[in-house]
Amino acid sequence: MRILDLGDTAFTVEFGEAIDPALQARVNALDVAITRAVAGGALAGVIETVPTFRSLTVIYDPLQTRRATLEAALAGLIEAADHAPAGGGRHWRLPACYGGAFGPDLAEVAAATGLDAEAVIAAHSATEYVVYMLGFLPGFPFMGDLPAALQLPRRSEPRVRVPGGSIAIANGLTAIYPWESPGGWHLLGRCPVPLFDATRTAPALLAAGDRVRFTPVSAEAFGHLQAELAAGRCDPQQWCSPAAEDA
Amino acid sequence: MSTLEIRAPGAFASIQDLGRRGWRRVGVPWAGMLAPQWLRIANRLVGNADDAPAIECFDGGQQFVACDGALRLAVAGDAQLEHLSADGRRPLAAWRSVTLAEGEALRVVHTGAGRLAVVAVLGLDCAPVLGSAATYARAGLGGADGRALQTGDRLVVAAPAPTPELQLRQPPMPAAGPIRVVLGPQADHFLPASIDAFLSASFEVTAEADRMGVRLAGEALRHRDAAAREIVSDAAVPGAIQVPGNGQPIVLLADGHTAGGYPKIATVISADLARLAERKPGETVQFSAVSVAEAEDLARAAEQSLQACLAGIAPLAGDGVIDLDALYTRNLLSGIIDGREDDGDAP
Repeated sequence: MRILDLGDTAFTVEFGEAIDPALQARVNALDVAITRAVAGGALAGVIETVPTFRSLTVIYDPLQTRRATLEAALAGLIEAADHAPAGGGRHWRLPACYGGAFGPDLAEVAAATGLDAEAVIAAHSATEYVVYMLGFLPGFPFMGDLPAALQLPRRSEPRVRVPGGSIAIANGLTAIYPWESPGGWHLLGRCPVPLFDATRTAPALLAAGDRVRFTPVSAEAFGHLQAELAAGRCDPQQWCSPAAEDA
Repeated sequence: MSTLEIRAPGAFASIQDLGRRGWRRVGVPWAGMLAPQWLRIANRLVGNADDAPAIECFDGGQQFVACDGALRLAVAGDAQLEHLSADGRRPLAAWRSVTLAEGEALRVVHTGAGRLAVVAVLGLDCAPVLGSAATYARAGLGGADGRALQTGDRLVVAAPAPTPELQLRQPPMPAAGPIRVVLGPQADHFLPASIDAFLSASFEVTAEADRMGVRLAGEALRHRDAAAREIVSDAAVPGAIQVPGNGQPIVLLADGHTAGGYPKIATVISADLARLAERKPGETVQFSAVSVAEAEDLARAAEQSLQACLAGIAPLAGDGVIDLDALYTRNLLSGIIDGREDDGDAP
């Protein structure tokens, strides 16, 4: 563990340098501990925290506190988090419509990995992924780890337009694009559940530390779900189980 | 109620406030004014709360018209302004409030030595999204329908009470000298010679400079080795200076990504970030390093001088539109600065 300087408004508590669920668990433990302390009125001047793959960044107001003060106040929490066990987080089972127009790269991924399309879908949907962090776009989840058999570098030519909801893979990670944007990952399918909605109490569907598995659905079922969600007749929470049921 | 019509958005204009806090963890940048201290000054001059939304203008060309009644506005920044009325166009000083009668317009001719001007309007109404009215166009949050201002946009504002217009006696002095940074978080990804170069060479502001960030060009900063050119993404903040494989630094600003995979050689201190965002393409910047504790002290000093500045706001001497030429001639310029020149006449 080391603490890195990030100007006079932030510092980064770095638990390691790799993408590793064990590191994510430590990040998450410290994030939870700090959030709880701030909610309890402690740690004056802390504005927000940002969990990433392997580190937690603490952002503060230098008019209200100082780095040295916060570092001293956080020493115990950092020490405890450095020994936090893996696990925790909500479990999601998100519908996914693979292939066809929704997954234009499925055939290419199958060819590149030496699998057939069904085997790619089976491998992608059989794995429970950890949400390592959110970033790039609001609500964009970086999830892993992708089965070794599916790991490919990014596309050599990024797309100018990746449709919103696209489920994509690159290297050891998988993600869902919250809305249309440029992107260089391989598109396998699409998820009908909106990942970011500023009108929700919690705008981002997923949070760092959550677990996500995909359930393959037909194009017909996808269309139905999308319509129900758009009409507000369907609560995205139905795909979430807070219980620590193990897959 | 009156309306402010955007007759021309100029180079770029958007509604901003002090930004959206608390959502970086889900990938939502703060957005907000690139020169937040100017927002506070401009708002104070029109009688708004310090953190009320206002219009951030880039490079000039903006024109705003009072519709459905009078309105009161003020411009913070080193801008050259014109007041357009039935009597023609007259220059208008920045750092003061002015009442536009229905049909009159304010034109930001250009933004002077810097790129930014902040136009605050009394009672500007803009619904907050996730706690802030700041426009973040990438995700369609805040502002006017989540986007930059366009010709024909109409914003609801307040009809001004007959209170005196205000002026800032002592506009903030543009600081000189290098832009100060705190080295890190990944300074150890660079060759020591490149850290030296970063702190001694000049970098040119390229044309790729907007609310997300400023790309600089200069001596290539060399990473320790090929593996040091990327990191497993970690969090960034406004001011963070990331250096991709080509060795050319990018300073992130208010709309910059919340996390990224390029090593960050240093972070511009909060007291100097607006000064960097103000620089025009083609200008050069130099960096110097300070410690975290020094940077915190500088943040506190900057807040103190802003408070002193705000304390100097007082009713305008004289009334109506200022005729700068007449004022110059009559040597009555005390407290009013022409947006173009700082000739030392200010008290």
